[in-house]
Amino acid sequence: MTAAAPRVRGEAPGLFAPLDLQLAPGRITCLLGASGVGKSTLLRLLAGLPTGVSFRGRVDTWPAALMGQDPGLFPWLTVGRNVALGARLRGERADPARTRHLIEAVGLAGLEDRLPGQLSGGQRQRVALARTLAEDRPLVLLDEPFSALDARLRLMIGDMAARLLDGRTVLVVTHDPAEAARLGDRIAVMTPAGLADHPAPPGRVPRRHDAADVLAAQAALTGRLLA
Amino acid sequence: MRALLAIAAALVLWDAAVRITGLPPYLLPGPVAVAQSLWVNRGEIWPAALLTAYETLLGLAIGAGLGIAVAAAMAAWPRLGRALSPVLVVSQTIPVFALAPILTLWLGFGLAPKVAIVVLIVFVPVAQALHDGLMAPPTAQLDVARTMGAGRWSELRHLRFPAALPRLASGLRLGAIYAPVGAVIGEWVGGARGLGALMIQANGRMKTDLMFAALIVVVALSLTIYGIIDRLLARALARRGF
Ligand SMILES: Nc1ncnc2c1ncn2[C@@H]1O[C@H](COP(=O)(O)OP(=O)(O)OP(=O)(O)O)[C@@H](O)[C@H]1O
Ligand SMILES: [Mg+2]
Repeated sequence: MTAAAPRVRGEAPGLFAPLDLQLAPGRITCLLGASGVGKSTLLRLLAGLPTGVSFRGRVDTWPAALMGQDPGLFPWLTVGRNVALGARLRGERADPARTRHLIEAVGLAGLEDRLPGQLSGGQRQRVALARTLAEDRPLVLLDEPFSALDARLRLMIGDMAARLLDGRTVLVVTHDPAEAARLGDRIAVMTPAGLADHPAPPGRVPRRHDAADVLAAQAALTGRLLA
Repeated sequence: MRALLAIAAALVLWDAAVRITGLPPYLLPGPVAVAQSLWVNRGEIWPAALLTAYETLLGLAIGAGLGIAVAAAMAAWPRLGRALSPVLVVSQTIPVFALAPILTLWLGFGLAPKVAIVVLIVFVPVAQALHDGLMAPPTAQLDVARTMGAGRWSELRHLRFPAALPRLASGLRLGAIYAPVGAVIGEWVGGARGLGALMIQANGRMKTDLMFAALIVVVALSLTIYGIIDRLLARALARRGF
């Protein structure tokens, strides 16, 4: 961990103007913006992955756990083994109790031995989330982690993830203003002109979905995305 | 069921063709004559078929093993891969069947040249298919493996290889189709035994019905071997979630 905080400074000509995304250490930053504006690109830059766009600038980052927009489950591994994938890939011993705990936390208890092909889209997304949470990394990058979930699961699992990620530096890309208002310690909106901060409601995350200032922030954010 | 109908239709057409053209049996024997020959010569055909099947399966096993080993080595050492890739492409243009006489010259008239032809025929599609698969892992999984800190070997073993299994299976299926023909050609060129040799001998003695009987056994043998391998591969892939 050399850099003080994960940070992307620079531009991608033709895609986004010069911007400066600096994550708040130990906090959750939610990133919103229109489809195709470059959110996943920023996240991939922070993960140290190739992006396919020409980025000019500088990236400071930390060892990261990634849940990509395509979560990339290994279809030949069971749910349990997918969640414990990091240990397997690094030749370490996985902690079975922790794996089981995470599978329960995302509501998939009893499905440990299924293959991803035998799950619904939302169930697969939850496996990917559990797998990302299993990685013990200071920086956690989540690209639309709850997009395939129903409203109830979205609340429950969002809250659960926010609690489990407490203390880590997190970037969540989302299209859902309600999610950003509940989970974001910081909220950033991305446009081709660059990044703009949007005031987050007060209080510790995860916030209640029906608190007045959360609803107000959600409405303001929606208005801003429509503008 | 539909296959049985097609076979029945082919037999009827064949019989009709023989009757209408009135060709003598030493030029075109009818299905009944061939069936009789199949039964009368079973003492000759059966051991020949067993030998051909043995050469085929042995060659298939060795060829597949070599193909897998070479493709894995090429993926593990990129320099080797870059050097061998064009060789693999060129070797696909060599008609292996044309090598049969040379192989017989080098390896004699025993089992070795037949198995060698099968090995050569099977090796190339298996190596090519597996190598293609190893070099093109699914990108989302590759991203995951890299951020998780997988080393080159771990990536090869836990991602590239399992992800390439469907391609490997295609290569093996292709090899299984061509393998029996390889064994038969080997026997044709330089053998006293096996279905290929039996066909040549029958041809030389104008026993066309026996030639056809042996041909039918070759087809049945090929279909059986392919069917079994195809079934095994499909089941193995299904168990791995493909
Ligand atoms: N590999 C690539 N090669 C070329 N262009 C790419 C590549 N990946 C992304 N792009 C382009 O870069 C732009 C930004 O893509 P990005 O995936 O970052 O968008 P996004 O904000 O995450 O969108 P979404 O909300 O739809 O996921 C898009 O216009 C896309 O077409
Ligand atoms: Mg995206």
